[in-house]
Amino acid sequence: MNDVNRQAEFAAVGARRVDVPILTRVEGEGALHVGLEGGQVTDLRLRIFEPPRFFEHFLRSRTWREVPDIVARICGICPVAYQMSACNAIEMAFGVEVPPPIRDLKRLFYCGEWIESHALHIHLLAVPDFLGYPDAITLAKDYPEAVRRGMHLQGLGNGLLQVMGGRPVNPVGAVPGGFYRAPSRTEARDMLRKFREALPLAEQLVRWVGGLQLPDVTREVTSVSLRADDEYPMNYGRIVSDRGLDIAVSEFGQHFREFQVPHSTALHALLHDEPYWVGPVPRLNNNLDRLPPSTAKLLGETPVSWPSQNPYHSALARAIEIHVAVVEAIRLLESYGTPPKPHVDIVPRAGVGYGCTEAPRGILWHRYELDDQGKVVHATIVPPTSQNQAQMEADMRASILENLHLSDGDLRLRLESGIRNYDPCISCSTHFLKLTVERR
Amino acid sequence: MAKARIAVHKFSSCDGCQLQFLTLEEELLQLAERVEISYFVEATSNLGDGPYGSYDVSFVEGSVSTPDEVERIRKIRDNSRMVVAIGACATAGGIQALRNWGDLQSYKTSVYPQPEHIEALPTSTPFSEHIRVDAQLAGCPPNQGQLKYVLSSVLAGVQARIPRESICLQCKRDGNVCVLVAQEQPCMGPITKTGCGALCPHQERDCYSCFGPADTANIDAMGRRFMGTGMPPGGVVHRLRFIYNWAPQYREASQRWLDHAGGFRTLPPAVTVTPPSGVQP
Repeated sequence: MNDVNRQAEFAAVGARRVDVPILTRVEGEGALHVGLEGGQVTDLRLRIFEPPRFFEHFLRSRTWREVPDIVARICGICPVAYQMSACNAIEMAFGVEVPPPIRDLKRLFYCGEWIESHALHIHLLAVPDFLGYPDAITLAKDYPEAVRRGMHLQGLGNGLLQVMGGRPVNPVGAVPGGFYRAPSRTEARDMLRKFREALPLAEQLVRWVGGLQLPDVTREVTSVSLRADDEYPMNYGRIVSDRGLDIAVSEFGQHFREFQVPHSTALHALLHDEPYWVGPVPRLNNNLDRLPPSTAKLLGETPVSWPSQNPYHSALARAIEIHVAVVEAIRLLESYGTPPKPHVDIVPRAGVGYGCTEAPRGILWHRYELDDQGKVVHATIVPPTSQNQAQMEADMRASILENLHLSDGDLRLRLESGIRNYDPCISCSTHFLKLTVERR
Repeated sequence: MAKARIAVHKFSSCDGCQLQFLTLEEELLQLAERVEISYFVEATSNLGDGPYGSYDVSFVEGSVSTPDEVERIRKIRDNSRMVVAIGACATAGGIQALRNWGDLQSYKTSVYPQPEHIEALPTSTPFSEHIRVDAQLAGCPPNQGQLKYVLSSVLAGVQARIPRESICLQCKRDGNVCVLVAQEQPCMGPITKTGCGALCPHQERDCYSCFGPADTANIDAMGRRFMGTGMPPGGVVHRLRFIYNWAPQYREASQRWLDHAGGFRTLPPAVTVTPPSGVQP
């Protein structure tokens, strides 16, 4: 029956096949195997051995209302992204259009996740590399103000998620059609005060990260992200690239292909059979003209000429996106009035829906087929880390050739920091690599 | 006195439980003053004495779902003074224990084109099925306050006493409008362990039991109440087979309700309390 469904799906999306719906588990440990011979890379495998948890399988037969609570459990760091992609897809399948006040709430919710996830990544995972520390705790001894500022921003994002979803990890507020409850005016006023106070901190953060010495590399790769008509993309938009791709979210399967490699429990994905890049730098590259004016001004002061093809600019792009999210949250909270109803009532019907949103680490694509009771018949989830895997391998291959002169230890540090640029997921990104180099 | 050396390990999980440490924000720096964070791959590149070093307290997140993980947890047990299991996966197998109800091969082939490369056990199980665990903390994810309390208790050498009553009690004390009584939403609060802070009713929705069964939960009575909202017996099975589907209480009750839904047997009669003789009702 499964095969029949899959065939039907392939027929529906056209000639190019999405091989199999696969959900990758990438948050745990991975390893990089490199083989070198005569100055050439003969073998390079980014191994991810996170145990599979089979989410797409047990989503089947669950009702539409349970889906956001289930998919949140895929990722502890970006549950909002999972919930929003799922809700958008289910709303589409049921033919539900959410009104502007609820769209604004969804955007506000997303701002919270970008801020907490980006702040965590910059301070706890990425920047210790650039300043030569093993972790944020030792970094804090020499840079106490910078680390405290980062943790304050992380707390700001978490606080917003707490108001809108009860807690930052696995929040409980979202439902297809909107939210179970909208923030009260008092809560919104309180959040607005905190966000206004934090705006100068977000500006300082951009300047601080902009002032770090980052390696200067160039990777010729396609930037893929969402792009919306009138805003910096989070929840909505078309899937675009800097090389001319411009498609509806529902057309993903006709252009992107996922496949399994023996060395990984995560799938690889290709765009027109080429590696591509998703995440904060590609998002910024494709949306420089969609930044809020104050962020655009700040961006102009950074020592980088955008668009960028340097993955090491990811930390700076994250800092810039924290600024975007703070500015946007202030705008949304200033005009906030409690909506009469926090969600649109859902009437289930049989159908297929697609959702794609900008998770902190890149586009997260969902497809659901639902029956007339609103139960899931089939689910497909393509997370950002599996999309970046092929590009991560290509990037590492280039990095090795550029750094052949380094000792194994230094080469390992270099490659580790290179992998972290992609923020593959938190647990793996701090000590992601067990590097084995075979030199002949 | 030397600082206690702590380790944090990840098994099959979403990472959310150890994230409860990393989202302590500034308190994380205070924690690092009080204990030596010796092995925590998510937080530091300093790997202490490695995964199987000798540590005072090892926090373990996730469930056991591969042959390799069975080996890992045994080695961690051998080298740790105390092992603390945190979260729903660690204490009850987690949401991925839903595969325990089906056939692993069909799961693999439905998700992976080449299932032979995928190594997985047929079940996802809690650590307590594999090793002796010194303390357990429920929740998907666990509450940060409870996590700090368990850590302090362990460091002080006293047993952490985590409340095991139903979340319903706190929900009432907080003055929430009951979503089950007022809105007929199938709220699991009456049979769910306290600890989250009654988040779901605060958000004006039904609890889905992400803290697992409360100690004295009368699950069949809950199921009957759900049927009163129009839910079929199969729906009750669905409610029980969620985040805590492999917790023994929910596991057994869900099987009873499944048999009932299939018409194989009737449920046990509702419990009536007979007053002891000599006492006038």
